[in-house]
Amino acid sequence: MSRRDWSLHLGLVALLFALNWILPAYHHGVVARVMVLAVFAMGYNVAFGYTGLLSLGHAMYFAAGMYGTGLVALHLEAGAIPAWFAGLGAGLLLALVTGLLALRTAGVSFMIVTLMFAQAFYLGILYFGDITHGDDGFVVPNAARRVAEVALSDAGPRYLIGWALFSVTMIGTLWLVRAPFGRVLVAIRENEDRARLLGYDTGRRKLGALVISGGISAGAGAAYALLFGYVGASFAGVQYSIFALLWVLLGGAGTVIGPLVGTLFMYYLVDLSTEVTDAYMLIAGIVLILLTLFMPRGITGALRQVWRDLP
Amino acid sequence: MLKIEALSAGYGQAMVLRDVALEAQAGEITVLMGRNGAGKTTLMKSIMGLVKASGTVTLDGVALTALPPHQVPRHGVGYVPQGRRLFSELTVAQNIEIGLGAAPDARSHGALRAEVLALFPRLAERMDQRAGTLSGGEQQMLATARALCVKPKLLLLDEPTEGLQPSMIEQIRQVMLAMRDKGLAVLLVEQRIDAVLGLADRVFVIENGRNAESFTRSDLAAGEARLRSHLGV
Repeated sequence: MSRRDWSLHLGLVALLFALNWILPAYHHGVVARVMVLAVFAMGYNVAFGYTGLLSLGHAMYFAAGMYGTGLVALHLEAGAIPAWFAGLGAGLLLALVTGLLALRTAGVSFMIVTLMFAQAFYLGILYFGDITHGDDGFVVPNAARRVAEVALSDAGPRYLIGWALFSVTMIGTLWLVRAPFGRVLVAIRENEDRARLLGYDTGRRKLGALVISGGISAGAGAAYALLFGYVGASFAGVQYSIFALLWVLLGGAGTVIGPLVGTLFMYYLVDLSTEVTDAYMLIAGIVLILLTLFMPRGITGALRQVWRDLP
Repeated sequence: MLKIEALSAGYGQAMVLRDVALEAQAGEITVLMGRNGAGKTTLMKSIMGLVKASGTVTLDGVALTALPPHQVPRHGVGYVPQGRRLFSELTVAQNIEIGLGAAPDARSHGALRAEVLALFPRLAERMDQRAGTLSGGEQQMLATARALCVKPKLLLLDEPTEGLQPSMIEQIRQVMLAMRDKGLAVLLVEQRIDAVLGLADRVFVIENGRNAESFTRSDLAAGEARLRSHLGV
């Protein structure tokens, strides 16, 4: 990887770190939230952007992380770190099981199967309301939102933990896509038959990609529960699967920083539109259509026209 | 080396190949000829396990038809499909890296890369260029180079010179001869008779999915007229 690539990504990490002391309170909170959601989008990007697996069920993994963490904290009174790992484990296991079944299909069938799995998961949350608190969701106990003496609910630690999770995930993704395994994922996205005929077991690698993707998404969901303190069924709904797709598409599928750019853009687009009009979705929709028309490869994808080696 | 017996294959209900037999030996270039739609590409795909087939396809006694497609290259088969099918978003170096990643012995990657690039010096000059931006001839070279990365015993080439300019065709031809001299079995699908004469050690002609006739190097010149009539040229 070139020095320019490292400079860009480490520069972004440094910039986000510095913003902790610069941003006004409102934007400080927004960027903290965006960084965690961008981790979810980065997870989705591993499956969709790099491997070509168009899933419509990734909210399931995000929510698995969120509920895995929240329920362990709520019912077993676990601390923040074991609870986070419980959420991560739940997402990884779910991604493995659903991947084994869903990857027997491809293309449109894969989209439908992942959507159905996610819907079943969502309905499961509602059905087992005695445990999950159904549609209302629940607040993560404050006792679980502490690491030693640090309260995760405080703005500073919340921002820095979101930043750390984002930075580790981004550098990890950068390493992954530059590693031989990542190259094979791109080869599968480009032409799966060809990759298979070069001797790669593409099924196993797609499963690996989906498990990594689900794991990253679950890690984001688990962190969201701890940092923002709420676990709710809406995060498992189809809307959040579509959000992940939109964030990645707008930012630039198959680029490392695209998910952050897309998430940040969408968040502020909706946020600013609501200040102007009640019909904020109309404005958001028009902007999205224009972006799709003029930047079909997303914002970072357009940048790649100039910076050809951008990972 | 490669032995195909009673091979029948097709797509769904439509049978394309019927009872085809063919042999390819190490250190020889075997050419498969036939009109458009005769079943040449289907035969290549059958060797790679990409289409449902009955009959036997063995390479040094190993039944390839019993293997899933991704295991066929591991048994020594390199395949360059028609149309090259490169990973166009990746660079030349990355395409070769992916080819090497599937090679059985990871320790030999450096030597293998050097060996392959020595055959294609033009590629060595374009390692950072995206494959999709290469010329047709360069793309063909890259597709061939990538297939050679698995250190094949048998190299399958499906119309490698299609649409290329004469200088490129000559380079591809030289590579095939070099592979033959190194002891590989080369199975080539080709439509142009002038490209085959002087190159082929054996020629198998298929018509409507069946064996029509075969020629050896010694009787190819004498049989040229019959070969032309099979191909309708």
